[in-house]
Amino acid sequence: MEHIDFSLVDWSRAQFALTALYHWLFVPLTLGLSFIIAFMETQYVRTGNPEWKRITKFWMTLFGVNFAIGVATGIILEFEFGTNWSNYSWFVGDIFGAPLAIEGIMAFFLESTFIAVMFFGWNKVSKKFHLLSTWLVAIGSNLSALWILVANAWMQYPAGMKFNPDTARNEMVNFWDVLFSPVALNKFFHTVTSSYVLSAVFVIGVSAWFLLKNKEQLFAKKSIIVASIFGLVTSFLIIITGDGSAKNMAKYQPMKFAAMENLYTGRQNAPLAVIGLLQKDKTDTILDKQNISLKIEIPSLLSIMAFQDANAYVPGIHDLVNGNAEHNILSYKERSDKGKIAITSLAEYKNAKKTGNDSIANAALTKLNENYPHFGYGYYANRNVNELIPNIPLTFYSFRIMVGLGFHFIALFLVVWILAKKDKLEKKRFILYTALWSIPLAYIASELGWVVTEVGRQPWVIQDILPTIAAVSQIKSTSVQITFWLFFVIFTGLLIAEIKIMLSQIKKGPETELIENEIRIN
Amino acid sequence: MIKNIYKFYYQGFKNMTVGKKLWAIIVIKLIIMFLILKVFFFPNFLKSNFKTDEDRGNYVIKQLTQ
Repeated sequence: MEHIDFSLVDWSRAQFALTALYHWLFVPLTLGLSFIIAFMETQYVRTGNPEWKRITKFWMTLFGVNFAIGVATGIILEFEFGTNWSNYSWFVGDIFGAPLAIEGIMAFFLESTFIAVMFFGWNKVSKKFHLLSTWLVAIGSNLSALWILVANAWMQYPAGMKFNPDTARNEMVNFWDVLFSPVALNKFFHTVTSSYVLSAVFVIGVSAWFLLKNKEQLFAKKSIIVASIFGLVTSFLIIITGDGSAKNMAKYQPMKFAAMENLYTGRQNAPLAVIGLLQKDKTDTILDKQNISLKIEIPSLLSIMAFQDANAYVPGIHDLVNGNAEHNILSYKERSDKGKIAITSLAEYKNAKKTGNDSIANAALTKLNENYPHFGYGYYANRNVNELIPNIPLTFYSFRIMVGLGFHFIALFLVVWILAKKDKLEKKRFILYTALWSIPLAYIASELGWVVTEVGRQPWVIQDILPTIAAVSQIKSTSVQITFWLFFVIFTGLLIAEIKIMLSQIKKGPETELIENEIRIN
Repeated sequence: MIKNIYKFYYQGFKNMTVGKKLWAIIVIKLIIMFLILKVFFFPNFLKSNFKTDEDRGNYVIKQLTQ
């Protein structure tokens, strides 16, 4: 890794970020709206009230638009693995293969089969079978997300695998360790619950528009009640899983945790800065240090968040870079040396195997296995230490905006639920406008969650094992730049199409003749 | 049975209200993704440059250890 084309690394990262962020514009609404629709249809089957069918069908149409436009946008990410990130694709071996294959099969059978019944089956299959299909679409789409998130969690916390030096691939030794790793489970629940919150905000926001226009009041209020209850319940789940994410981060990705908190000097009773302004510290010539001003802190909260103990020591960036013997933290220099030994041992092992020298091969393999947990640090032996520290302002602000918006959504759910129950919501125009304008905020919060997760773990593609500089393919950066702009155009086009079709469907509103037909049928 | 399934899908697609525009978008998207992007812009780097898995593994090891 003497000569690194940083332009190639940066463009490959930018392209992946662009496609992942665009892909994520479509996914969360599918995950959450599917459950909201299932609850609405359950109400219809339970009560027999045709208004619920009308409500269900309206939201199902918006679900269909989002699903159709978003479907397969994630496959682009797999294209990029093979072209731009070939070292990484090879190195992860079968770890990704199994979860993604299961995802493909589940998505096909559960979503593709039952989604047809959900859309085409009204009045053709029994009410109960139709309802079952709707629930299976919701469960299926969420289970599809499970496998992708398991694969992502493995990159954050590589578990259940063993590195094979003959093939240069990580091989899965325990599928259950991969599936049920603490990071995977928490990541899945945190991500899907955040999607539920986004969907609840979407339903409330669109319903608020109807109330602002004095249209479809019953439809809008019923939708708001379902969505606000759904949003409130899932918001509390998101707080629990968010807490789990913080604990996992502190334990397995301490640099991400320190960066997210702009914590340079580790300490006991570490406070949490609720808000603050970062400014570059010009006196620190080694690290790109940020000072924090205008901050509001909650004493000891960071220690409690990380280790459930107010007295717990939370390591800072200085501890992680320079080491801290008292708290058993190796310095980056020590980890780089060990990583370098691992890399050199891999080369020695391969040469010894080629020449048939088994004793040298075995000795090299022992050294490789001993130092493998530090493998990725070997690429930074002679590099600037700042390359091992993620972008602090981006991680710091993203986290705070995401959490702040999360509390805004909880307040919104509570207020609209109370007002809708008291039948006073349509008069509160400020609240209705707030609900409407919260739709883009929900998308911003959802995307920022991924920014914290992914920017915060830089430079790692696989935590501690493989950095981006070693994961990229040796291709021309100009070709990555071309496809970056191609994707930008395509995805922007898809987004515009989605918004236009969605808006036209929302303006049409729920079917007006449905209730009359339903009364005639009944 | 097969006839019924065919009829179910046929009528479903025929009666879709938002369908035509959406299907046009889906078809165009899939053509762009699989017939243009995948074929011309996203070849699998290792598969197109090396014939065997052994060659691919050796190349990646060389990349990781140089």
